[in-house]
Amino acid sequence: MATGVAAWLPFARAAAIGWMPVASCPMPVAPRDHRRRQDELIVLNVSGRRFQTWRTTLDRYPDTLLGSSEKDFFYNEETKEYFFDRDPDAFRSVLNFYRTGKLHYPRHECISAYDEELTFFGIIPEIIGDCCYEEYKDRKRENLERLQDDQEENKDVKLPHMNFRETMWRAFENPHTSTMALVFYYVTGFFIAISVITNVVETVPCGSTATQKDMPCGERYTVAFFCMDTACVMIFTVEYLLRLFAAPSRYRFMRSVMSIIDVVAILPYYIGLVMTDNEDVSGAFVTLRVFRVFRIFKFSRHSQGLRILGYTLKSCASELGFLLFSLTMAIIIFATVMFYAEKGSSSSKFTSIPASFWYTIVTMTTLGYGDMVPKTIAGKIFGSICSLSGVLVIALPVPVIVSNFSRIYHQNQRADKRRAQKKARLARIRLAKSGSANAFLLSKRNGLLNELLELTGPNASEQKASKSSCLLESQHHHLLHCLEKTTAHEFVDEQLYEQNYLEAALQSFPSRRASVSSRDGATPTCCGRGAKRDATLLEAPPQPGPKQQGPLQELSAIHIQCVDRPSHSASRSKLNLKSDDVGRLNCKGGRITAAIVSLPSPPALTAPDGADLHGPPARRPPPPPLSPGPSIRTTASSANVVKVSAL
Amino acid sequence: MKSKNRESLTDSRELDGSYDPLTDSVEDDFELSTVCHRPESMDKLQEQTKFTKKELQVLYRGFKNECPSGVVNEENFKNIYSQFFPQGDSSTYAHFLFEAFDTDKNGSVSFEDFVFGLSIILRGTINDRLNWAFNLYDLNKDGCITKDEMLDIMKSIYDMMGKYTYPTMQDDAPREHVESFFQKMDQNNDGVVTIEEFIESCKKVHVHCEIVMVLPVQPWLCRSPAHLRLISNH
Repeated sequence: MATGVAAWLPFARAAAIGWMPVASCPMPVAPRDHRRRQDELIVLNVSGRRFQTWRTTLDRYPDTLLGSSEKDFFYNEETKEYFFDRDPDAFRSVLNFYRTGKLHYPRHECISAYDEELTFFGIIPEIIGDCCYEEYKDRKRENLERLQDDQEENKDVKLPHMNFRETMWRAFENPHTSTMALVFYYVTGFFIAISVITNVVETVPCGSTATQKDMPCGERYTVAFFCMDTACVMIFTVEYLLRLFAAPSRYRFMRSVMSIIDVVAILPYYIGLVMTDNEDVSGAFVTLRVFRVFRIFKFSRHSQGLRILGYTLKSCASELGFLLFSLTMAIIIFATVMFYAEKGSSSSKFTSIPASFWYTIVTMTTLGYGDMVPKTIAGKIFGSICSLSGVLVIALPVPVIVSNFSRIYHQNQRADKRRAQKKARLARIRLAKSGSANAFLLSKRNGLLNELLELTGPNASEQKASKSSCLLESQHHHLLHCLEKTTAHEFVDEQLYEQNYLEAALQSFPSRRASVSSRDGATPTCCGRGAKRDATLLEAPPQPGPKQQGPLQELSAIHIQCVDRPSHSASRSKLNLKSDDVGRLNCKGGRITAAIVSLPSPPALTAPDGADLHGPPARRPPPPPLSPGPSIRTTASSANVVKVSAL
Repeated sequence: MKSKNRESLTDSRELDGSYDPLTDSVEDDFELSTVCHRPESMDKLQEQTKFTKKELQVLYRGFKNECPSGVVNEENFKNIYSQFFPQGDSSTYAHFLFEAFDTDKNGSVSFEDFVFGLSIILRGTINDRLNWAFNLYDLNKDGCITKDEMLDIMKSIYDMMGKYTYPTMQDDAPREHVESFFQKMDQNNDGVVTIEEFIESCKKVHVHCEIVMVLPVQPWLCRSPAHLRLISNH
C-alpha cells in the first residue's frame, strides 16, 4: 500500500460504519496499537543543516537506515539529535522519499555521489520514480561504460606471460604494441591501396597500339598486372592465415565480418587460377572479378571512421529498415498510378508496372534523369505528387541516422580523450602513493634525528615541537614502523635502494681486501670493524657528518677517513670512542676512502627502544653472530655485521 | 533497442570476432546491486562486545563511511588495506586478515564480525588475543599451524614491505624467519604448532600485546585522510 494514503486509513476504517447494519457475521476485534507512543519530532543534523520530521515518517520504511535502529549509531546524546556527516543537498532527496514515497534523482547531481548516498541510507535505487528513472539509468550506464573503459585499459597494460600465439593476436589487434605489428599494419594498408588502384587502373584505356585501338591497360600489360595482383593476393593470404592461426577462437574468427571480407577479396584470384581457359565459365569468371573491389573494405581495420560508420549503420538498422519499407510502399503505389495514368498515351515508356518502378525511384529521390517522362496531364500531376512525397519520405529517417552517428562519434572522441588523460591520472595516483611513502621516510628520519638530538643536545624540547603532524600521520607511521620491526628491514626510497644495490654488487670486490687488511692491519684501505652494539654509534654520524648521501645512509654509515698509515691503527681504537669523537673524525671531510656500512641488525636497533616496541610474536630472535644477507666476516668483528664497499 | 552493446571501436577487435557481444557487453539490466546489511541494535552489540556505546558509534561511522552497504567484501577490504602500505603488496595479508574476520565464512565481513574481532583484539585477555592471532595464522582452521602456513603468512608480511628496503630483501628472508620462529615454538617437534604451544611460547617472549595486536587492524581505527582518498577514488 502506498504510504501516501496511510493518513487516510482512519477515515476508511471509520467509513466502515456503512457495513455494520448489514453485516452477516460479527466484526473481528480491532488490533490495538500497543506502541502508543507520542509521535515525536526527530532532528536530523546533516553536516550542520537541520532537518526535522516526525518519527512515524521515518518508520514507514523500516528496512532503511533512518527507519531502523541503525540510526542509533549516529545518535548524539548531548544534543539529542542524529548527526550524519553527509551531503545535505543529496539528503533532501532521501528525506523526500520518506515523506512522499517517491524517490527523485536530481539532474545536477553526480551519479556516483548520488548512488553512494543512497547506499549509505540503505535505499535501493530501483525505486526511483518513473519521472526520473530514464535519466538515472542513462547516467548510470554512461558511468559503467567509463569504468569498463578503464578496466579494459588496465587489462591491456598488465599482460604477464603470453605465448607466441597470444602475442601475435594482440599485435594484430593493437598495432601500437610493437614495432613489428606497426610495420605489418602499414604494409598491409599499403598493399590494399595498391591492389585497389591496380584494379581501377586495369580498366583505363591505355592508348592505342599499332595493332589495335584503345584497349584497357589490363589487356595491354597483362603480365605486369598479373604480377601485381599475385603479389597482393600473396600478402593477403599470408595475413589471413596468420590471423587464423593466432585467433583465440578460430570458429568465431571465421564467422566474423572481416574474415569473410578477406576471403571474398582473395577468392576470385584463386578461382581464376583454377579455371583458366574454359570459355563458357569465363563470363562468370569476369563477374567474379567484381568481388575484388571488396578489398577496399579491408581498410576498415585501418580506419576508425569507417568502423564508426559501419557501426552506425548497424545500430540504425531499424531506421534503415523503416526507410526501405516506406520507400518500397511509395514506389509501388506511385508506379501503379503512373502506369495506369500513362496507359492511354502512345509510345509511352511506361510499359509495365515494374518498368514504372525506375521512373518512381528516380523521381522520388529527386534525381530526374529524364529518360522516362509522363506525357498525359494525369501522369504529370501524379508525377509531381510523387516527387514531393519522395522528399518527405527520405528526409524523415535520415536525421535519426545522423544523430546516431554523431552520438557514437562523440562517444569515441570522449573515449580517446579519457585515454589521453589517463596517463595524467595515473601519474597523479603514483605521485600520491609515493608521497605517502616519502612522508613516512621523512618522518622516520626526523624521528631518529630527534632522538639523537635528545641524547646529545639540550634543546630536545624544540625538536619535539617540530615533530610530526597530526595523530593520523603518526599512527600510520607507527604502523609502518611496526612492519619494519617485524621483518627487520627498513623502508627506503628508490635512489637509496639503487645505491645499496650497487654497493651490494661491488661488495664482493673489497671483501678480499678487507680480510687482507684485517690480517696485517697495515694497509691504508678499508678495513672491517666490528660495530659496537651501541645504538648511539649508529646514529651518531648524521649530525655533523657530510650530508652527501641523505640522512638514511648516514644513519647506518660510519665514514672513516683513512688518511695515511700511521693513523690507521690508531683509528681502529677510535671506534670505541664516544659518539662526538667519531663525529669529529667525520668532520674532517676531504678524502673519504671507505664507507663502512653496518646492517641495522635487530638487536642493535631494538636495544634503545626495546622497552616499547616489539614486533609480534613472530619476531626474529637475536641473530647469531653471523647475520644473513650480504655481509663480510671479519676476523676482528665481535658481533655484528659490516659490509664494506669502496666509494 | 533494448540491449545495446558497448562496442570497442578504437580497434578492429569487434570486426575480427574477438569481442563477444554476449559476454562482454555492459549489462543494461543490472540486478539489484546493493546488498544492504543492517547491523544488530547497538544495545545488543554493547552486551556482546566490550565497547561502550560511544566507541561503537565511532567504529560504525568509520565502517559505514568506507562501506556504505554495510558489508565489506574482500575486494574492498584489500583496497582499503593497500592504502596504508603504498610501497608493497598487501593483498595476501589482507586476504588472511579477511578470512580471520569473516567468522561465518560467508565471503563478507559485516559490522558485527568486525566489532567482535576488534573487541577480542583490543579488549580481550591475553589468552583471547593470542587465540585470535593463532586463528589468523592457522589458514585452514584445523587447529594447528604447519610450517607451510607459517611460511605463507611470513611471505605475505614480507610482501608488504615492497621492493625498496634496506637491506635488500633476499628471497629466502621469509623462510629463514620462519625456520627460527618455528623451531622455537614447536616444542615437541612434531612439525606443527598447536594452540597451547603457541600461547606458551608467545608468553615467554614477553610480548607487549597492546602494540602487537593493534598492528593487524590499525587501519580501521584511522579515518582516511585526503591524500589516501585520492589513491582510491581516482
